[in-house]
Amino acid sequence: MKRLLRKRFVTLFMGLVFVATVVPTWLGWYDSYIQLIIQYIGINIILTVSLNLINGYMGEFNCGHAGFMGAGAYIASILTVLFLIQDDVFGPPLVSEGWSLIVFPLALVLGAIGAALFGLLIAIPSFRTRGDYLAIITLAVNYIFKSFIENVQKIGGARGFMGTARVVKVLEGLTPIPWTMIYIFFAAILAIYVVRHFTVSTFGKGVMAIREDEIASELMTIDTRRVKVTAFMLACGLAGLGGGLYAHVIGYINPGMFTILKSTEIMVMVYLGGMGSISGSILSATAFTVALEILKPLGLFRWVLLPVLLIVLMIFRPTGIMGNRELTDVFPRLKTFLAFKESAQIDAAPAD
Amino acid sequence: MTIDTFLQNLLNALQWGSFYAIIAVGFSIVYGVLLLVNFAHGDIFMAGAYFAYFIGTLLLNKFEMQLPFALPGWAVLSITLTLTMALTALLAVSIERIAYRPLRQKGAHRLYVVITALMIGLFLEYANVATLGARDRPFPELVESVPFRIGAVYATNVKVGVIVISIAVMLLLALFVQRTKWGMAMRAISYDRLAVPLMGVSVDRIIVITFAIGGSMAALAGVLYGTAYPILKFNMGVLIGWKAFVSAVVGGIGSIRGAVVGGFLLGFLEIFVAAILPSTYRDLITFSLLLLILAVRPTGLFGVARRTKV
Repeated sequence: MKRLLRKRFVTLFMGLVFVATVVPTWLGWYDSYIQLIIQYIGINIILTVSLNLINGYMGEFNCGHAGFMGAGAYIASILTVLFLIQDDVFGPPLVSEGWSLIVFPLALVLGAIGAALFGLLIAIPSFRTRGDYLAIITLAVNYIFKSFIENVQKIGGARGFMGTARVVKVLEGLTPIPWTMIYIFFAAILAIYVVRHFTVSTFGKGVMAIREDEIASELMTIDTRRVKVTAFMLACGLAGLGGGLYAHVIGYINPGMFTILKSTEIMVMVYLGGMGSISGSILSATAFTVALEILKPLGLFRWVLLPVLLIVLMIFRPTGIMGNRELTDVFPRLKTFLAFKESAQIDAAPAD
Repeated sequence: MTIDTFLQNLLNALQWGSFYAIIAVGFSIVYGVLLLVNFAHGDIFMAGAYFAYFIGTLLLNKFEMQLPFALPGWAVLSITLTLTMALTALLAVSIERIAYRPLRQKGAHRLYVVITALMIGLFLEYANVATLGARDRPFPELVESVPFRIGAVYATNVKVGVIVISIAVMLLLALFVQRTKWGMAMRAISYDRLAVPLMGVSVDRIIVITFAIGGSMAALAGVLYGTAYPILKFNMGVLIGWKAFVSAVVGGIGSIRGAVVGGFLLGFLEIFVAAILPSTYRDLITFSLLLLILAVRPTGLFGVARRTKV
């Protein structure tokens, strides 16, 4: 039994989270407020982990992550509304309701791909610039995205784009299970899986090498351009996925949701958790979302407290909660449970 | 576009660009001395505008609580201006003391200081909106606006005043940086940070002076902006400050000349793009053009590429 626990800990843990979040929602035990919080936590995990890939592992300074989130959100929303519901602008649904099971995930994936292609816009200037200049380019991209959407009246412009709420209703009309929560659950696991496996792969180790010393890594035959483009596209794609899910959770999007303010929120979560630490990102995304809700009685003063918290963090513990380390570095005994390779089982506890 | 509309737009562009130029100069001098982009500078500008709002409205007896005396217009203007610049300079210096100096003394990685700067900007904004509410505030009329015509161009004394005062202040700053000892110290720090203390100059003191100058210039920009566009929002610092930052970078961050050129360039781009194309495309095209300039000249127009030794 203990051996089973050790061998399949991650799967069991994920199962536990699933049971704790999705099942009670399906049974109707959670009210819609708690459902919203859980979904926000999931989306924030996706966004934080993806930004951590650029800001933490690669050491760049991407201030415009919300732009890619918005790109994914808009693309996914337009596709689902186009195909699945009756809309004033887009006309009748193009496919019958049964297809919605396929259209929904496909739209999310296409939103992610679109955001990844948009990510090329910051990947290419990043070859020649770093640091402050890249910050501006990402800021400008964020502004450009927002301004661009505001000018396209067909999808609502500055008024926003509605309809995603009805898409979710169509899905739930087919089978009354909490679709968005299930998708967020699996998307979060996907994001963590992808980023983790990317950064421990041989190709992905180049990302950290670039952070430490770009010139030296060029000398060591790391193709910095290729690594940068891959990392940027991956991170922006995941952000687009998070954005698509965000659009369907809230049911309404407008360009004002994807401004620097949102980018800063995501950055706060990344730096709070620790650059280059996935467990840190998960922890800080959860803690941040929960803290924001717990502090609701403070009203607007929550938003005053958060920057102060981060300033204090920067002065006293700039590396964030987890620093550059993962949970398994802090609690080495956990390595027996969270092993990714079979070999770790061997140096785990003696004969079981 | 006729010559008249062109001249009218030119005047507007000069005025609009002056705000960007003054704030961009603040970014540049702090960057030159500290190699830090003070992202809170836009919000210091906002704080200056709000300080002026409170002091001016108080002195003009527009609040419910009335002062026992009434001052003539020019006195209100001068007191408001001096007091605002002093308070904002104090704010900027306090920010440096509380947030940037501990990190600098610990030798923290520049990224952490930049994040701190961003957070201070956010803190100022949210403190504003949390304490004062989201309602827009009307800036008090410190200077009576007198419209007049030069040919077919409509101008007000405020518009012309903004342009004249901005250019005067920037010339003063250039004089300060080139001809005084403190200015020489500021330039020296931007050339070679480590050699300056060896020459017996206190780097900390020069940094305080730099922040004070930057803060008071931002306050001046705030007062001028409030006089020209008398509605204050809590996020005016974000809207204008970030654009001024981009213009400082396009001009070449660290260079005062570059900041001025970049600021006026951005002002021209915004006004003329809005004049020629539908105005909703303004931000889109302006930022794309700026990105183009950065793509061609990554260090900005007047910037000096910092060589990193391997």
